[in-house]
Amino acid sequence: MTGTLQEQQATDAAQAAAVPGRAPAPGGRRRRSGGRQAARWVWGVAGILLVAVVWELYKWLAPADGVLIGETRVLPRTTDLAMPHVWDMLARLGEPVTRAPGANVLWLEIALAALVTLGIAAAGWLVGVIVGIGLALVMQRWRLAEWGLLPWIIVSQTVPLIAFAPVVRSWGSRVEIGAFEWQDWMSVALIASYLAFFPIAVGALKGLQSPDRIHTELMKTYAAGYWQTLFRLRFPAAVPYLLPALRLGAANAVIGAVVAEVSTGLQGGIGRLLIQFAGQASGDPAKAWAPIFGAIVLGLVAAGSIALLGVILKNYRRVEVTA
Amino acid sequence: MKHSTRRGLAAGAFALSAALVLAACSSSDDSGDTGSDAGGDELTEVKLQLQWLPQGQFAGYFAAVENGYFEEEGLEVEIIPSGGDIVPQDALANGDVDYAIAWVPKVLGSIEAGANLTNIAQIFQRSGTLQVSWADSDISSVADFEGKKIGSWGFGNEWEIFAAMAAEGLDSSTVEIITQDFNMNAFLQGDIDAAQAMTYNEYAQLLETPNPDTGELYTADDFNVISYQDTVGAMLQDAIWADTERLESDVEYQETTVAFLKAVIKGWEFARDNPEEASSITIAAGSGWGPSHELWMVNETNKLIWPAPAGIGVIDEAAWDQTVEGALSAVNEVGASPITTEPPSTAWTNEYIEQAIAELGDEVDTTGDSFEPIEVELLEGGN
Repeated sequence: MTGTLQEQQATDAAQAAAVPGRAPAPGGRRRRSGGRQAARWVWGVAGILLVAVVWELYKWLAPADGVLIGETRVLPRTTDLAMPHVWDMLARLGEPVTRAPGANVLWLEIALAALVTLGIAAAGWLVGVIVGIGLALVMQRWRLAEWGLLPWIIVSQTVPLIAFAPVVRSWGSRVEIGAFEWQDWMSVALIASYLAFFPIAVGALKGLQSPDRIHTELMKTYAAGYWQTLFRLRFPAAVPYLLPALRLGAANAVIGAVVAEVSTGLQGGIGRLLIQFAGQASGDPAKAWAPIFGAIVLGLVAAGSIALLGVILKNYRRVEVTA
Repeated sequence: MKHSTRRGLAAGAFALSAALVLAACSSSDDSGDTGSDAGGDELTEVKLQLQWLPQGQFAGYFAAVENGYFEEEGLEVEIIPSGGDIVPQDALANGDVDYAIAWVPKVLGSIEAGANLTNIAQIFQRSGTLQVSWADSDISSVADFEGKKIGSWGFGNEWEIFAAMAAEGLDSSTVEIITQDFNMNAFLQGDIDAAQAMTYNEYAQLLETPNPDTGELYTADDFNVISYQDTVGAMLQDAIWADTERLESDVEYQETTVAFLKAVIKGWEFARDNPEEASSITIAAGSGWGPSHELWMVNETNKLIWPAPAGIGVIDEAAWDQTVEGALSAVNEVGASPITTEPPSTAWTNEYIEQAIAELGDEVDTTGDSFEPIEVELLEGGN
C-alpha cells in the first residue's frame, strides 16, 4: 500500500513540477465546443485559399518579367513557366504522370512517393528519438558528460549534408553483417536521424532538468532512487519540453530524408521526384510543383502525428515550452 | 469517459500512422530486394555506378540486365543511380562499386588528384554537348561568346566550353558564366544567351516546350545550335571506368571485366536495333521521362555510339589526346583547370574491350556500320 501512496505523491509532485504556478483548472480548456473546432478548420482552409488568391493576384497584376531593382530581381517573374496557374497545377495532379501505358495519376504517384519518404523519415526519427533521449539522460545524470558532449552535439549540426551524404552511403555500402545487408534507404534514414536527434537531445535535456530543486528534494525525502525519480518526476516533467522537440525532430527528419534522397538519388521517394520533375519543368511547368506540394503535406502529416502523441500524453502537458 | 475514448481514438490513429509508416518501410525493402533472388550462387555480383538518374543515356545497361545478357556471362549486375552528390569516380575509387560510368575530363581530374582508375571502354565515341542560342541572336559559333551570358551546369560538365573558348583565344573572363538548373527555364526566360544542352536531353526539353507566342512547340528553326563535337573543344564523354589496381593484380576482376563488357556490348546492340523496346525497358527501370522524351534520348544516345568503326567502346587515341589537350588548355571562371599534367598511361586501355569484341566474334555486330537513327516526334512535356 505504501508503494501506491508513494506513487500518488510522486505523480502529484511531477504534475506540480510540470505546471509552474498551476495552470487554469483542468477541464475548462479541454471541453472545447464543436463550433470552435470547426472554426479552426475554416480558418485553416481560408489560409490556404488566401495563399492561392495572392498567388493569382500577383500573377495577374505584376509585370511578366517580375520586379527588378537595378539588375536584381526582387520579385519573381509571372510567366506560366515561372508561376503556373493554381488551377493548372491542381488539374495536372489529376492527370497521368506520363503517357506511358500503366502510368499512375500524378497525385497517386506523389502520394506513394511521399509514403516511402514518410517511412524512411519515421525510421530516422525513431533512431533520433532513441539517440537524443539517450544522450539527454547521460547528460542529465552526469554534469561532466553534459560539458563534454553538448559542444559536440552542436558541432555535429554544422557539418553540411552535401559532404555527409556520400560518406554515409560509402560506409553503408560496406556494412554486411551475416544476412543483414545495408540498404540504400538506410543511408537516407541515418541522415534523417542525424538531423532529428539534435532538437530532441537538447529539448529532452532541458525537460529532464526542469523539475525544481524543491521537487527533487521531495523525491529524496520519499527515499526514491534515481530510476523512480526519473520515471515519476523527470519524464513527466519533461513532456512539455519534449513534445515541441519531437515535433521539431519530425520536421527535421522529413527535411533530412528529402535532401538525402536528392543527394543520393534514392529511388521511390519524394526527393527523387523533385529532381526528376524539375528536369521536366520547361515543357510541363505545373508538374514540377506537384512533388513540392507532396513534400509540404508530408511535413504536415509528420507534425500532425506528433500532435496525436501529444493528445495521448495530455495529462502531462499543461504548459508547452518551446525547445 | 469521454476523455478516455478520445484518447483511445488518438492512440488508435497514432498506431495507424505508425503502421502505415512501417508498411511503407517494408515495401521499400521489397523493391530493393528483387533481382537478388533471381541469381544463383555461381553468379558474380557486380555493382555499376551511373552518373545520374536512370534514363535513356544508360539504356544499353538496363537492356543488358533486362534481357539477361549479364547472367549469360555469369554476372549479377546491380545498377546504382546517382543523385546530386554522388560522384561516380569517387564511389569507384572508394571501392563502393566495381565499375562506374563517367565523362573522361571529370575522371582525369580525379586521377590527377590521386584516384587510380582506368578507362576500359569508351562507349560514347562522340560528344553530345551543344550550346543553344535563339535563332535571331548573333551567336552562331564559339567565337561569338565574347561578352555574352553563357550557361553551364558546372560540376565538371563545363570543360568543353572552356576548351573550345581557349582554342578561339577567349578566356573565361570574357564571358559571364551562369550556372544552369536541371531545366531550360533560365534560357527560355532570357537569363542566359546560350545554354548548355545535351543532344539527348536538354535540347529535347526545348523542342517539347510550347512557344508562348504561337502556342505551338518550338522547332529546331527557333534555335542556333553549336555542337562541341565540331570544335576542338570536343571531349570524350560516357566511358566505363575500372579500378586500376584490381585490373593489374586481380585475375578474377580481369575476367569479370571482359564478361561485363561483352554483356554491355550486347545491351547497346539491342538498344541500337530496338530503340523503342530499350526505351520501355529504361522507363520500367525507374526513369521518369515521358515516352517520347525517353525514345528521343535512346535514339540520340545511339547516334553518339554508332557507328563505331573500330568497334564499340574502343578508345580512339586521337580523340583521347584531343580530350587531354582540351583539359590541359581549359580554364574556368575561377582560374582552375581540370588537369595540369598529362594523365598516366594507366588511365586507359583497349585490352579488355578488344578481348570482349574478339570473344563475341560474329555473334554480335560491334561496329554498327549500317546504323540508321530513327525519327522521333517529341510531344509536349516529353509525354
